[in-house]
Amino acid sequence: MLDNSMKLEFPSKSQNESFARVVVASFAAQLDPTIEELADVKTAVSEAVTNSIIHGYENSLGIVYIECEIKNNKLEIIIEDKGKGIENVNEAMEPLYTSKPELERSGMGFTVMETFMDHLEVYSEEGRGTKIKMVKEFKSVSIKE
Amino acid sequence: MQLHFNVKDENLIVRFTGELDHHTAQEIRNKIDNKYKNDMLKNIILDLKGINFMDSSGIGLIMGRYKTTRANDGSLVLINVNSRMEKILTMSGILKIVKVYRNEDEALHNI
Repeated sequence: MLDNSMKLEFPSKSQNESFARVVVASFAAQLDPTIEELADVKTAVSEAVTNSIIHGYENSLGIVYIECEIKNNKLEIIIEDKGKGIENVNEAMEPLYTSKPELERSGMGFTVMETFMDHLEVYSEEGRGTKIKMVKEFKSVSIKE
Repeated sequence: MQLHFNVKDENLIVRFTGELDHHTAQEIRNKIDNKYKNDMLKNIILDLKGINFMDSSGIGLIMGRYKTTRANDGSLVLINVNSRMEKILTMSGILKIVKVYRNEDEALHNI
């Protein structure tokens, strides 16, 4: 399997949540994932992009950056915004914590990313933005020459 | 995302077709709440059969309707929950408070 990579950027409009997860899933398709693994990736990407749009950029418009890299049977996804950042990352990652209950946010975004992916790292700086790095290992990858 | 409402007695049955994410959730919740209030209904049955994608925005939507029906002495139940939905619903803990039935008949019988 040859290593591969891609980059994507788009304005922080909520219509692009669906666009982003479909693009990443299409890129991941070359790893021959199961439907379940692909759904995991789509859901995790959706959560991270939604966070950037709702929390990172709030009501203003910014750019969401996605970088994906395939190494062997692993897909690394970086999702980044230059928005307002997270004041307390540990607090934000607690299940059911949300800073926007009025929007009916469930506070489960980071929990979904952690559960559905094999690895999650969150870097954030107030006023500078947030960067999420997630890795999914595709266990069913068939051996190819 | 398409929504289809069906009213049986005091129950609002909601069917979705499409993807349930942050983008679609806002419009969906407004439409459900308007229908529920205008028709003065008591219970909501959410039929998840036609949903082919759902993230945590869906959990928010379900929690919100759970609160709305509870405040009105009614209940919210889910039907046609597939294994994918179940994964995210179980993770959120919402299935501890929201009942799941296999289909509409079972829900109407037990609600």
